[in-house]
Amino acid sequence: MTGGISKRIYRIQFALLSPDEVRKLSQVKVITADTYDDDGYPIERGLMDLHMGVIEPGLKCATCGGKVDECPGHFGHIEMAMPVLHVGFIKEIKTFLDSTCKVCGRIKLTPDEIANYRAKFEDIDMATSDPEIIGMMSKKVTDEATPRLVCPHCGSQQKKVILDKPTTFREEGIKVTPKEVRERLERIPDEDLIFFALNHEVARPEWMVLTVLSVPPINVRPSITLETGERSEDDLTHKLVDIIRISQRLRESRDNGSPQLIIEDLWDLLQFHVTTYFDNQTAGIPPARHRSGRALKTLVQRLKGKEGRFRSNLSGKRVNFSARTVISPEPFLSVNEVGVPEKAARELTVPVTVNIFNMESIREVIKRGSGPRDEFGRYVTGVNYIIRPDGRRIKVTDQNAEENSKRIEVGWTVERQLMEGDIVLFNRQPSLHRMSMMSHTVRILPDQTFRFNLAVCTPYNADFDGDEMNLHIIQKEEARAEARIIMKVQEQIMSPRFGGPIIGGIHDHITSMFLLTHDNPLYSEERTVHMLNYLDIDEMPEPVIKDCKKYYSGRDIFSLILPKTLNMRFRSKLCSSAKERCEYEKEPEDKEVYIVNGRMIHGTIDEAAIGPFSGIIVDRIFRKYGPEEAAKFIDRMTRLAVGFISYRGFSTGISDYDIPEDAVSRIEEISSQAVERINKLIETFRKGLFQASPGRSVEESLEIEILSETGKVRDESGKIASAYLGLTNPSVIMARSGARAKMLNISEVAGMVGQQSVRGGRLNRGYYNRTLPHFKPGDIGALARGFVQSSYKSGLNPLEYFMHSIGGREGLVDTAVRTSRSGYMQRRLINAFEDLKVDEDRRVQDTVGAVIQFKYGEDGVDPTRSDKGKTVDVDYNAFDIENEVVE
Amino acid sequence: MGKFNVLQHDLVPEHHLVPVGEEDKVLKELDISKDLLPKISRNDPTVKALEDIHGKLDNGRIIKIIRKSPTVGYSIYYRVISGEVFK
Ligand SMILES: [Mg+2]
Ligand SMILES: [Zn+2]
Ligand SMILES: [Zn+2]
Repeated sequence: MTGGISKRIYRIQFALLSPDEVRKLSQVKVITADTYDDDGYPIERGLMDLHMGVIEPGLKCATCGGKVDECPGHFGHIEMAMPVLHVGFIKEIKTFLDSTCKVCGRIKLTPDEIANYRAKFEDIDMATSDPEIIGMMSKKVTDEATPRLVCPHCGSQQKKVILDKPTTFREEGIKVTPKEVRERLERIPDEDLIFFALNHEVARPEWMVLTVLSVPPINVRPSITLETGERSEDDLTHKLVDIIRISQRLRESRDNGSPQLIIEDLWDLLQFHVTTYFDNQTAGIPPARHRSGRALKTLVQRLKGKEGRFRSNLSGKRVNFSARTVISPEPFLSVNEVGVPEKAARELTVPVTVNIFNMESIREVIKRGSGPRDEFGRYVTGVNYIIRPDGRRIKVTDQNAEENSKRIEVGWTVERQLMEGDIVLFNRQPSLHRMSMMSHTVRILPDQTFRFNLAVCTPYNADFDGDEMNLHIIQKEEARAEARIIMKVQEQIMSPRFGGPIIGGIHDHITSMFLLTHDNPLYSEERTVHMLNYLDIDEMPEPVIKDCKKYYSGRDIFSLILPKTLNMRFRSKLCSSAKERCEYEKEPEDKEVYIVNGRMIHGTIDEAAIGPFSGIIVDRIFRKYGPEEAAKFIDRMTRLAVGFISYRGFSTGISDYDIPEDAVSRIEEISSQAVERINKLIETFRKGLFQASPGRSVEESLEIEILSETGKVRDESGKIASAYLGLTNPSVIMARSGARAKMLNISEVAGMVGQQSVRGGRLNRGYYNRTLPHFKPGDIGALARGFVQSSYKSGLNPLEYFMHSIGGREGLVDTAVRTSRSGYMQRRLINAFEDLKVDEDRRVQDTVGAVIQFKYGEDGVDPTRSDKGKTVDVDYNAFDIENEVVE
Repeated sequence: MGKFNVLQHDLVPEHHLVPVGEEDKVLKELDISKDLLPKISRNDPTVKALEDIHGKLDNGRIIKIIRKSPTVGYSIYYRVISGEVFK
């Protein structure tokens, strides 16, 4: 490859192929429907004629003399016994038939109109004007000509042409044969074609009716040999066989004077085959099928849709140097790392060009062969191939390794196996944002899965219920540099979506940090050492002396992983709604997390501090100390969290939701009271005494009133239940710290599930006037409309279960609909934005240089570095400076 | 009720016509040729509103738009009147 531009497209012309051109393109006239003879040799003038190219090794092309990979393939042609319509042009043919005279072929406009419109058409440049405008002009003219029943030129009577889909034209019920159609199109004079936006030099309308059919090269429709030795032909070849067969029979029948009926049947059949050859999904005709019943994939099917040539092969390609497997978690890896299975690492290679500096070390690697291990049986990088400057590849085996290591010279390329520290790209579909593909450094691990730190689940949106991910090995230095500088996980901690961190602790990390810091517990020296064992820190925090023994406080342990000059003051999630004093904290000062000079003094670490999307500590560290420190903090935090929680132990179960007997009966009581109240409301409504609220109908007001009533009981029951479930309860710890679930979910389990809804209203569909036949028609009471009194723990009765399933289904339908819609919207956005760029002045331009925005985002602010969309947080910076250590 | 002036609506940013004499200055400042500026349809309601003030505006006249911005206070944008039909 020399690079640079070899050819530039100057212009594109769209035209129709004339029969003469088809013949000129053709290297062979195909006359027989057979493909190969008994010896497996292509039959001359058959569909596999050697003039159309070769697909078998050993044979030579009869046209260009090239062998399999040299011959580009050549077209052939079939002479049709009778003309047939081209489905792709049916609409155009209809327009021609409609707007021109069937006798003289002129467009059905008066000479005055013609002169008038011609001037307009000649005024515009057909090559450069908007095709849509040209189309609109043409449509206006043809629409004017179409309804005329007398030709303004020859005065002959015209009949209305009706298209019987897909390819039959009728005039007053009588079929117009393709031959007749072609003759009419032939009569249209060149000078009238301008009104159809056709250039008569390259596109005559009668060419839309086929008299010869171009046969694509064999390379386009190769036959495949099955394992059984049986030959299987391409779908296009099958279709061409049909076309030739019927064409032959039609020719014979016509020549020996068969009855008109038989000829017409064969003609229709030929039309069917040609139509399905182009498009096997034409509306109005059954698709042509394979013997097995599978519909044939013909020309249009090859191009169209997701699996078509465009979306599948041109917009998206399969690549080498990539791997895909199941993912699993590995808390001992850094966020910047990815664990690659040995098996994959042996197959994936990095090309190394030999130079005088690396020659010796590369020789050593080659000597090892292709599957080396060290004395402990651990993975060591080997070499799979060496490539000579002329492109020849030499496979390295354990036998020839020694010898090959001596052969290399400067300029050779060595394909080395993956090595610890290599930079690779890691990706999970759907790739909805740039954090869906990030670069990691390689760690080679045993077993079969890719592994990574749990904090990276959020940007990839991954979990471990069988998710698979892709890995790409970078092959060029420039790409490696880019990957290291801009694509590493640590560079992607900040999201461009909301200007905050998208990477942070999840689930147990949050629970663990919460338990470690809430109420500042003390741990003995032994326990502390055990926990700190998980970290790469070898100092101990300041001890707290109690009863002559050393203890370490949870907050001091947490402080170890904070940068030494960090100053922060913020509300934890736990105390987010606290005013004077937080009800969940013992000390009043603890309603705010307070960190001075890297030491945590007050508060509780929870989702607000370290979670993805909210993690304010991660955010501040990233801003003040940069990506490296932020990554280090996340690494240490996740490790400390895992270390602490596995030492302390944490579990939840159904007994977490046990509440006293009398609480249960109180919940039952308030729920039956609510049902009573709802019944009363309905009674007043029935009597016509219910007052409508402003702007609403009586029915609407009643629904709203009932809905708020059910909401109230659910909240109340939740309050009763959670009164017995304090911060010692694991489920409550998870909900309050933001690790998983909400308090609402807990009250659903322990208290009451509450009202089910569809589209924000009570359930109302199903049977006529009722949701289920268990209710009286017209019953709009609480239970008949999806009010669930039971809790998940006590269990739902069948009616409740049914109502709950209806509510639950809405969510599923929503997600299904949303993903497909947003996927399509995303596609369109990406296609619209893909080649915009921001230049040095932060000006946004397209490829032509036309300005989209004068300053990126109109303010030139990079949302990734912005503070939740704002430019700077002045208060925080002031606070930080205030607390800065003076040295 | 009289004809409603879109330019007086709260959600419509300020639109000003750049005098022909100042066009070169603006283009020089932006270091750009006129054909690369963003376009605005002459059928745009704001252009029509400006025409009510300044009389008929030719294609190629530059409109200066001042938008409120939560980050930088005001941001300035230029668009050229175009006869093209936008889809
Ligand atoms: Mg999953
Ligand atoms: Zn050839
Ligand atoms: Zn006529």
